[in-house]
Amino acid sequence: MSGRRIVVTSGKGGVGKTTTTANLGATLAKRGHRVILIDADIGLRNLDLVLGLEKRIVFDVVEVAEGRCQLRQALIKDKRFGELLSILPAAQTRDKDAITEEQFAGIVKQAADIADYVFIDCPAGIEAGFRNAIAGADEAIVVTTPEVSAIRDADRVIGKVAEKNIPIRLIVNRLRPEMVRTGDMLSVEDVCEILSAELIGVIPDDEEVIDTTNRGEPIALDEANKLRVVYDKIARRLEGELVPFTNFDNQGFFGRLLGVLKAG
Amino acid sequence: MHEVQPEPVPVAQKAKRGRAIVITSGKGGVGKTTTTANLGHALAARGCSVALIDADVGLRNLDIVLGLESRVKHNLLDVLDGTVELDDAIVRDKHNASLVLLAASQTREKDEVDTEKMKALVERMREQYDYVIIDCPAGIEGGFKNAVVGADEAIVVCTPEVSAVRDVDRVVGLLGNKFRPQLIVNRLRPALVKKGKMLSVEDVNAILRLPLLGVIGDEPEIIVTTNRGEPIALRKDGATAAAYHAIAAKIAGEDVAAPTVEIKASGFFGKLGAMFGGAK
Amino acid sequence: MIEFFRKLFAPTNSSQTAKERLRLVLMTDHLSLAPDMIEAMKRDFIDVIAKYVEVDRDKIEINFEQQDKALAMLANVPILAVNRNGGSNNGDGGKGDGGKKTEEPKTVEAVATATAPLPRRKRRKKSPPATVAPSNASPAPAG
Repeated sequence: MSGRRIVVTSGKGGVGKTTTTANLGATLAKRGHRVILIDADIGLRNLDLVLGLEKRIVFDVVEVAEGRCQLRQALIKDKRFGELLSILPAAQTRDKDAITEEQFAGIVKQAADIADYVFIDCPAGIEAGFRNAIAGADEAIVVTTPEVSAIRDADRVIGKVAEKNIPIRLIVNRLRPEMVRTGDMLSVEDVCEILSAELIGVIPDDEEVIDTTNRGEPIALDEANKLRVVYDKIARRLEGELVPFTNFDNQGFFGRLLGVLKAG
Repeated sequence: MHEVQPEPVPVAQKAKRGRAIVITSGKGGVGKTTTTANLGHALAARGCSVALIDADVGLRNLDIVLGLESRVKHNLLDVLDGTVELDDAIVRDKHNASLVLLAASQTREKDEVDTEKMKALVERMREQYDYVIIDCPAGIEGGFKNAVVGADEAIVVCTPEVSAVRDVDRVVGLLGNKFRPQLIVNRLRPALVKKGKMLSVEDVNAILRLPLLGVIGDEPEIIVTTNRGEPIALRKDGATAAAYHAIAAKIAGEDVAAPTVEIKASGFFGKLGAMFGGAK
Repeated sequence: MIEFFRKLFAPTNSSQTAKERLRLVLMTDHLSLAPDMIEAMKRDFIDVIAKYVEVDRDKIEINFEQQDKALAMLANVPILAVNRNGGSNNGDGGKGDGGKKTEEPKTVEAVATATAPLPRRKRRKKSPPATVAPSNASPAPAG
């Protein structure tokens, strides 16, 4: 049975697509699934960097598309997860038109034959890179922050992805509960009301995240990291479990549990 | 209702050609649009006539950051297509009449922008305004190329994070010899730099090696200003507003003291250097 | 000083402002992304009006504009003649729906109201515009 092919997109850049792809993928691998992460940001690759695998790149997705190597040769196994987590890096010195939508979709399907989950890290925007990234997907996760520009772009992207008739789920990233409390930031409820997608995760803003990406250390491996639980919950919802959303409005991250929202 | 100020006489003479500056980064979400909006206001506050162009066709946000979204009737593509006159498409700012916006289209695609026409439009606008500032979309695809084509100066915005630095480095390479880009480091958190959990300005610029135009600290208040559509440079106080005004002064040719927000920290240089060593 | 008073009386809750602005801007975005729907809506709207008055179809202008906290549809409909018999005449010489039932005489009053001069809006047109009430409906789903 073929694995799930999930594109992680947003429209707006810098909201956490790559960080989310890396951490969600790592978490699912930790939970025992075979996971392949594909970086679709040709020319501006970062998935490798965020996982600390940049020194191990030999081949990239364009070379696979051009037939210069096999998919398996290009996949970089992250040894910290046994055989369970691999990434297919983007090309750094090519353009997004170096690969067609059909080629990209073909590679995604190939990856799905050897993995339980394939995540496609989508570039910012809605140009060719975006079109390539969604080409092979049968599910989408839209990442947004509770800020006006991000939500507007997420709305546009949801509209575009909806044309493919695939399930779309939403992650609200970089929530600052204290700012929501003072009325200085849109709440998760506000965001869900404005965007018509099913919520699958809420990730609070955490300055430690920058440190993890600087060091190339996925959060799933850090027992002490507060966000590990958050990513674990998202992973479980993706697996189909009904997991209550943490109410971050109370002091600290682990306030009383909110009722179960409609889950995936 | 806001009072519309009478149009001030621009600092530069009409006969002189205005400057065309593109604000870019490669990486999304580092603050290009926020910087465009605030620099626009800061330059306009100095008496300059400023035109801002949103080149992010399909994902426009400069209008909403400026609080002008309800006033946008026509856009860049309408002007490039010739269906609307430039004067009918530009939107005058609510707070400062010498600042105008040419919004992007929300419904068209970036590849509908004709590069030559874009270049000609920027050229034309330079004859009317002291500054034409182009807000570049994220990425390095067609949208980027069209944003850059009419400009002869570039400002790159970078946050102190490895992905951003890497992307800016790539973009600087793509900008080529035509530009000598200047750097703004945005969203710096001195406390984290001190703890060794964030790159310092020196770390960033050790890789990029660009003239430093300004450093802006991470300020949550920016979220509030975007919520309201009232750019922070409109405020009379606060470090961020001051930073934008200092950058504007420097752009205008004033001798401004070197920007200092961060506390010097060590530790990242080695790792960063190794990271970039063979990666290209 | 003015700044101080402005802050004092401004809504302190910027997230509410943001939500409102987003609601309106997304409505506008969705409308501009659905030109077919708008064309169909315009056609239906004109067909209904044309049952009561004879209109110059070529000169009709319909636009959407943000007014205060709502999005308004503004229609400028040049009226050539008033149909004395309400909906029995299709108004513009045979076009539109010929199968509709004849309306009761009370619709003549409705016609009279519709042609009464309405308060001047921002539009700079000469003929009195027929304005549709602002829509406060929640934004249409994307896509």
